[in-house]
Amino acid sequence: MSTVTARSATAPVLPMLARQSYAEFVKLFRVPAFSVTSIVLPTMFYAFIGLGQAKEPLFPGSAVTFGEYFLASMALYGVANVMVLGFGISLANERGQKQDLLMKSTPLQAPVFFTAKALSALAIALISIVVLGLFAAVAAGVQLDASQWLTLGARAMLCSIPFIGLGFALGYLAGPNSAPAVTNLIYLPTAFASGLFFPLRLLPQFLQNLAPYLPLYRGAQLVWDSVGARTEGGSIASDWLYMGAYTVVFFLLALWAYRRDQGKKFN
Amino acid sequence: MGRLRRVSAPAAELVNTSKRYGEVQAVRDVSFVIEPGEVVAMLGPNGAGKTTSISLMLGTRKPTSGTVRLFGMDPKDLKARSRIGVMLQESGVPGMLRVAEIVELFRSYYPAPLATAEAIRMAGLEEKAKSLVKDLSGGQRQRLYFALAVCGDPDALFLDEPTVGMDVEGRRRFLEEIGALATKGRTVVLTTHYLEEADQLARRVIVIDHGRVIADSTPAAIKARVAGKRVTFSTGTRPDESQFAGLPLNSKQIEDHRVRLLTNEPEQVLRELFRRGVEIQNLEVAGADLEEAFVAMTHQQTQT
Repeated sequence: MSTVTARSATAPVLPMLARQSYAEFVKLFRVPAFSVTSIVLPTMFYAFIGLGQAKEPLFPGSAVTFGEYFLASMALYGVANVMVLGFGISLANERGQKQDLLMKSTPLQAPVFFTAKALSALAIALISIVVLGLFAAVAAGVQLDASQWLTLGARAMLCSIPFIGLGFALGYLAGPNSAPAVTNLIYLPTAFASGLFFPLRLLPQFLQNLAPYLPLYRGAQLVWDSVGARTEGGSIASDWLYMGAYTVVFFLLALWAYRRDQGKKFN
Repeated sequence: MGRLRRVSAPAAELVNTSKRYGEVQAVRDVSFVIEPGEVVAMLGPNGAGKTTSISLMLGTRKPTSGTVRLFGMDPKDLKARSRIGVMLQESGVPGMLRVAEIVELFRSYYPAPLATAEAIRMAGLEEKAKSLVKDLSGGQRQRLYFALAVCGDPDALFLDEPTVGMDVEGRRRFLEEIGALATKGRTVVLTTHYLEEADQLARRVIVIDHGRVIADSTPAAIKARVAGKRVTFSTGTRPDESQFAGLPLNSKQIEDHRVRLLTNEPEQVLRELFRRGVEIQNLEVAGADLEEAFVAMTHQQTQT
């Protein structure tokens, strides 16, 4: 009140985003139930399922090893898992504790909040694939070119984006108590049905027919492709197109779920 | 011009505002203006519409009809929201952040915040600055909410039942800090159940009941209206309505042989009852609690 020079009427957005992202990250990281499952689980699956047969060819006569196929699978499984759990369950919990009530009366804008949540989840997803990659290289002796490692990492991260939308939608649609169950009920079977744990041709026929329409399957083709383990025909372009379409659909669903929730609470 | 507006616009303003949730009419045609620098207590029983009134001023609820302005702006405007600090009932905060971290976070929402240490000191949480929020007691958590409300150095504070769950020391310190903020010319709007709290802090009390403003004046004037005594006694025979005619009563309840009266002049009432030959047993005279006082007050309201 003492100064005549007009102080800025609102806080700058970038420092706000930085603080919020840091807070979202530590919020996720400090919950062992979340951070351990997201960071360790893909590596654990790799140890249990992939390690013993890492050097075996994926199919009789194929140049790709099971170790390489399963590395790409678990990388995708891990990042999507972070998104669905990170967003879905943490958002549902926060709503359950009415954390959105106080936030809503501060000058924090919703886009900053959601960007921060997405960035924090992406950071944890990145940690999960780095841990998995190190484990696969050291323990299972998986050898890839530098460009293959990078392509695999980049594609896995990109493929996590539609799942941000899905997790976000789940967080606003599921109740805090049902969120973990609902999430796992959808996510685990989908991962199986997309051929992430066993190559698709070993699965029942009806799953093989269903798989091409699942977002994880399309993502899987992209990460498998980066290690030369693509299982089906079709082109990368069409896989990206599918992923783009899923991104749009999931984010629209998320927006609808968010508006529905806000309408109930703040009208 | 921006400067001029800043000084002249009321901190908060409700004009013929109503709010309905489905069938429930929470706020009915309420109008009041809160000027910058005022310390206002909103008083009323549970479910009277206090929290809804606050939510309307904060823009977290939309009025069904009427207008609400915060510093002359739409309450949803970020510029308006950047000038207020808020404590809400039943709102949650992330348990896995440390006290200092969440204060830092909330500071980043505001254009000219206080230092983190200062906000923590005002809330009396110096020793808990490094604790995780989930490890705080109920009272400490309430103080944390206060730290979050003041950390943006707001022009106006909206505090919904701020002292609920605070221990004696926390409450004393809290009231002191509110007093200091008021001296600095900050606007404070708080809701409370406790008349004494309103009396201690506010120079203006708005009493709300059933969604309506039933009184809006100084604490002294409100107290004179509500601070009655409760007179209870039994009678040998069932009392007759006519025996109470013309007495200065705020309310009267007769159940079989038990009589409960609420009055500002218990001596006069008792003298008159003895004179009229009413047989009085098990007499008790006690200060009326606020709930009763409100009942009496709304009663007066409907009678006049």
